[in-house]
Amino acid sequence: MTGEPTSTPAPTPAVRGRDGDGHLAPELLDQARQLMALYPDRRSALIPLCHLAQGQDGWLCPEAIVEIADLVGLTPAEVRGTASFYDMLHTEPVGTYVVSICTNIACLLRGAYELLEHAEASLGIGVGGTTTDGTITLEEAECLADCDRAPCVQVNHRYVGAQTPESFDRLVAELRSGARDGEVPHHGTLIRVRRSGGLRVGRDRIAAERAAMAEAKARRAAEAGKGDH
Amino acid sequence: MAVTEAPKIVTARMGHHDSHTLERYLATGGYDGLRKALTMTPEAVAAEVDAASLLGRGGAGFPAGRKWSMLRKNPVSYLVVNGDESEPATFKDHLLVERDPHQLIEGVLIAAYALQVSQAFIYLRGEFALGLERVQAALNDAYDHGAVGEDIFGSGFSIDLVVHPGAGAYICGEETALIESLEGKRGFPRIKPPFFPAAIGLYGEPTVVNNVETMSNLPWIMLHGGAAFAALGEGKSTGTRLFALAGHVRHPGVFEIEMVKTTFADLIFAPVLGGGIPGDRQLKAFIPGGVSAPWFGPDQVDLPLGQDEVAGAGSMLGSGSVVVMDEDTCAVRAAWRITRFFARESCGQCTPCREGSGWLERIMGRIESGHGREEDLDLLLDACDNIAPGLTWPPQQTTICVLGPSIPSSIGSAIKMFRDEFLVHIKEGGCPFG
Ligand SMILES: Cc1cc2nc3c(=O)[nH]c(=O)nc-3n(C[C@H](O)[C@H](O)[C@H](O)COP(=O)(O)O)c2cc1C
Ligand code: SF4
Ligand code: FES
Repeated sequence: MTGEPTSTPAPTPAVRGRDGDGHLAPELLDQARQLMALYPDRRSALIPLCHLAQGQDGWLCPEAIVEIADLVGLTPAEVRGTASFYDMLHTEPVGTYVVSICTNIACLLRGAYELLEHAEASLGIGVGGTTTDGTITLEEAECLADCDRAPCVQVNHRYVGAQTPESFDRLVAELRSGARDGEVPHHGTLIRVRRSGGLRVGRDRIAAERAAMAEAKARRAAEAGKGDH
Repeated sequence: MAVTEAPKIVTARMGHHDSHTLERYLATGGYDGLRKALTMTPEAVAAEVDAASLLGRGGAGFPAGRKWSMLRKNPVSYLVVNGDESEPATFKDHLLVERDPHQLIEGVLIAAYALQVSQAFIYLRGEFALGLERVQAALNDAYDHGAVGEDIFGSGFSIDLVVHPGAGAYICGEETALIESLEGKRGFPRIKPPFFPAAIGLYGEPTVVNNVETMSNLPWIMLHGGAAFAALGEGKSTGTRLFALAGHVRHPGVFEIEMVKTTFADLIFAPVLGGGIPGDRQLKAFIPGGVSAPWFGPDQVDLPLGQDEVAGAGSMLGSGSVVVMDEDTCAVRAAWRITRFFARESCGQCTPCREGSGWLERIMGRIESGHGREEDLDLLLDACDNIAPGLTWPPQQTTICVLGPSIPSSIGSAIKMFRDEFLVHIKEGGCPFG
């Protein structure tokens, strides 16, 4: 859960008011702005923006991190440091499909480790590895909240139900042949989560919220003697 | 005790394949609870929830009505819904978000009205890709329907809801870590008191955090009244509750059950519920409330599914998940895997939790793989004692959040219950179960 690089790059001076560095496609940049407008503080959109960038690139590449930092008003090191805390945000490239096998208690009782060993052998990679054709990254997961269908497997965080070694190999073949393309999007776990509009509540109320937000932030900054914690 | 005829409160619609759509929701009384609430004063709505004595369903079991009454009066306040559901073997919110997202949204709106908050956020773990799609689509429809947004149903009350994805971190289920995460930071739990969310929460403003299932009960409570809810169950544990049953049972799944009137034995063995253990093997042990809860043995199987009843027996109902282990289960391996989970998910802020969980994992790991030493059992218990001094129940807290003390509580109970099995592993250099 840590993974913060020991030598943090020197903070790039953030250029405010610029439209990012053009790494995100224009429609994604629009979506990013819409997402930020949903929160009293745009920093709250950090994780949603990381998901958005992963939808485009498959992982959080350095260019995306710079652009997200610019958008939410942080340094790239702060974005990377936050993102690295979260298992779903990949600061290294991953395969087209991230296959997660849960080995936590309920799945362990129903053969999860046997399935994981089979997966490693049949894919020819260890946990955390990616197949040489770049299609599959194998993950050992903590509980994925689908414990009645154990051992639980997700592909790009879509549940695919309990798997046996045989059904697992079929699943992998279907992923490679594109037979599951409709069900499991390549990369971009949350690319189908789309809000249809912005905030609707009166502008005065939103303005009051944002003012209170800014005040609280200033208060905390004064208390802590610095900008953040 | 037996399986009761109690009404289905949160799973009533699940028999329909289209239970997640607005059409089905409206055809089955959807948003009527909200309409009714909007004809009442916010105080009257809160009083109804108080009368229901609805206990929070996220793990701590604090009464929702009481929590609401503690919200500091302030021009700006927030409601945050906890849908992080990462406690191992817990999968009830998964069902609620995928199969009845409108029920959740309606519950959130009722709570938002009672609390008169400025904005509400539904935080769902990122691994709920389909759940996030469903809740967001339902929210889009609810806006179009006039149930969310400005002047909802012509009542004069306005509220915006935002669906927010997490990104994979167990600790973000802890309410202050969830708030940090929602602010775009690492999920580090905050020190409390004095910073309880009801006083200082999201963006420093007063905030109520409630679980998905807690919210999903509100439409029914508004329609049928708090008294009707309180009439179900017994004592402090009112209403029905979802139990996620997993492990060695014939029918693992989520069951809605009347509190207290049903026992663990009913849940595990009744043909319409768990259906018993496959192969008619014997019950070895079960975990009554998520992996943070101390384990129970066959002797406790007749305990009622009630908060006080389980607490009185030295464990907790926690997140409403029950894991069944049959006689062929290796207790050492099960305990090792739980320890490993905590070691991986500790956020690392507190020394006893960060270092202690690592120690426990290493010692437990070598016992499990047959390389344990004679003195390891005492070392394990000593390490447990260092995290939660005295090894009492409920545990002493030396850390910022209760993740730390949960480790000795759960695996300490396994070590005590299955001491002989740990010794056999050490003496014979391996597992007698093969
Ligand atoms: C380590 C830890 C993990 C938790 N995970 C969850 C969770 O996944 N979902 C949840 O609703 N509550 C979780 N909780 C409990 C929350 O902190 C909080 O009590 C709860 O969301 C309040 O909602 P309720 O009053 O409706 O139960 C967790 C607590 C701790 C200490
Ligand atoms: S007890 Fe553990 S998880 Fe909780 S704040 Fe401390 S280190 Fe983090
Ligand atoms: S324990 Fe594997 S999905 Fe829950």
